[in-house]
Formats: sequence, structure tokens, C-alpha cells
Amino acid sequence: MKCRRCREPAVIDVPRHNAGFCADCFTRHCREQVRRAIEEHEMIAPGQRVLVAVSGGKDSLGLWHLLRALGYDADGLYVGLGIGEYSEESGDTARAFANEHGWPLLEIDLRATYGFDVPSGARAMRRVPCSACGLSKRHVFNDAALAHGYGVLATGHNLDDEAAVLLGNVLRWETGYLGRQHPVLPAAPGFVQKVKPLVRLGEREVAAYCVLTGIDYIVEECPMAAGNRHLGYKELLNEIEERSPGTKAAFLFGFLERGYERFAGDAIEERADLHPCPECGAPTPADVCSFCRLRARATRTIPVAVDRSR
Amino acid sequence: MKVVLRNPRRELDVPAPHSVAQLLTNLDVVPESVLVIRNDTLVTRDERLHDDDVVEIRPVVSGGAL
Repeated sequence: MKCRRCREPAVIDVPRHNAGFCADCFTRHCREQVRRAIEEHEMIAPGQRVLVAVSGGKDSLGLWHLLRALGYDADGLYVGLGIGEYSEESGDTARAFANEHGWPLLEIDLRATYGFDVPSGARAMRRVPCSACGLSKRHVFNDAALAHGYGVLATGHNLDDEAAVLLGNVLRWETGYLGRQHPVLPAAPGFVQKVKPLVRLGEREVAAYCVLTGIDYIVEECPMAAGNRHLGYKELLNEIEERSPGTKAAFLFGFLERGYERFAGDAIEERADLHPCPECGAPTPADVCSFCRLRARATRTIPVAVDRSR
Repeated sequence: MKVVLRNPRRELDVPAPHSVAQLLTNLDVVPESVLVIRNDTLVTRDERLHDDDVVEIRPVVSGGAL
């Protein structure tokens, strides 16, 4: 297979573009896709400081690398979730990456700062760990970005993540979530602007970008995520993609172009009902925000050991 | 040839099939869900394989809390 652009031997095939790329042309392709996403959705204004949520995985480290390559003033934020050896390895990986490049990395440990970790939070909520994890990360990311004066919070959600979330939201007709499923969530009182610059890149492309640019990311999957519903949706979508390349992109971009606006009103109505949480000040529709409720329940429980055999 | 699989890490010794695509089919791996790496270099699906090759099949699908 030859590179679509320069006709040199290709190292990566991208079936949805019906193309192969050599290493140089592929890294350029990735940067162009991210630049296009940022410009198309007006994600980052000139001079805005960006905080990138990093986990040590391919998407977050790849995103940080891409934003810096495009000239953005982007720092990292690592949140220690207390998921045993996995968190230790992911923290070490994020730190090593930041040190290698000399880029600032802000660190927050969930247990040291808030008194609980993800395994304890999951047990307290009696729900799957990803639920406590997602809730905690959303709160801490937003809080840290506001407290440290960043104008934008960037996360490594890629095309596959967004297509899988969309599939889940459509299957359950979660109209409120559909109205918020956009590459940009604008700033509002109590909320920093949140952006997803990798929305035009599939996760295979992001992983390839990391390999080709020498980014040493943590390949192992979170032990608490194994078998979750989101991964099941990705598996289904990849099987469809294999038979019909381009389906994931058509599904997601078609929704953003022709479906999103139909649900955006539901999200605006939900935001109108928000008021500051009396405990932490974060916007919430309830008496006390869901993060503070989780924290109150989790800090009453004993830390939970992580089962690495899962 | 030697095939290195991840999550969990393990190794297989298999006769070299004609191509990367054939190897993935034989192992029942969906190509969209992996990268194939030979000698630290990515290889495309049409790349030919040889008995003395060592290739890593690296999963790219991740996703816990979003």
C-alpha cells in the first residue's frame, strides 16, 4: 500500500478514508483533523489557556501532544483515582510524558483532596465503578480548570468514544444527554468551556499517532472498566465499521449536522434549573450536587482493595 | 512467526500467513480494533509476513468512565 499523499510506502491504512499514509503524512493528517475540529467548532479562542485532562492513555497524551504541536498553550491535569496499580502506572506514565517535554502537569489525588477514591465511591453508590469515576472526574476537572484560571478544559474523547456514547443515548432515547452531546460545551456560570478536539480522529488513528511520534502511553485497560456497556457498544460499532467503512463517522457527524439541534432545547431547559450546590458551589439541579452526595457516602466507607484479576 | 498479544500480555507461535489481514482473520481479531506493529513499526493490512517476524497486535479500544 502506498501513501495517498506522497506515494511512499504506507505504514497505516485508514479504511474510512480509503487511504494509506506514511508516518510523516499521517502525523500531518492527524494535526489537520484536530485543527479542523477546533476551527469548525470554535473550541479555543486565540490566547486562551487550555487544561488537558490526562490519564496516561493514548487519547489524552496524544491530545496534549497534538495541541502543543499546533501551538496551543496547553497544560496537563492528572487526577489520581486510587485504582490500585493501574492508577500508579497511569500516574507514572503521565508524569514521565510531562517531564520529557517539560510541560506543566497539575496533579490532584482524589483521596488526599476529597477523602475517597473510585473503588470506595463505587461501593458507596452501589453502581458500576465507571459511574463513580465519571462523576468524580467531571467534577474535579471542572473545579481544577476554574480554580487555576484556565479558559478551556480539553478531554481526549475521540470519534469512537463519541459514536459509542451516541449509540447508547439513542438506544435509550436519552434526550437530555443527546442535547449535550457536542464537541463543545460552552462556558456557563460554574462551568468552564469543555472541548473534544479529537472528535474527527478514530481511536485507531490516535493510537497510531502515539506510536509514530514515540509517545509512551499505558496500553493496559483500566481493570474496573472491563466488560462495561460502553466497550460493548464500541465492539458492535467496530464490527459494522469493518463491513462498511465510514459508518461511525457518518453516524456521529450526521447527528451533529442534522440531529443535535433537535435535542439542544432539552439541555438548555436543564441548565436553566441549575443553582449552586451549598456544599461546593458547583451548579446542580438538586439540593446538594451528585458529587457531594457521593463524597458524603464514600467517606463513610472503608477503602476498597482493587481486584487485579478482573 | 511470533505474535504478541496484549491485555493480558501473551505470546503465540504460528505459521506465518500470507498477510497481516490473514493473520487477523485467523486470530478472529477485528482489524478496526487493533494496530499491528513489527519491529517497532506499524504495518498495513496488506503487508506480507514471514516466519522469522515478531509482530505485536495492540488493542486500541479503550473506554471506562467518560
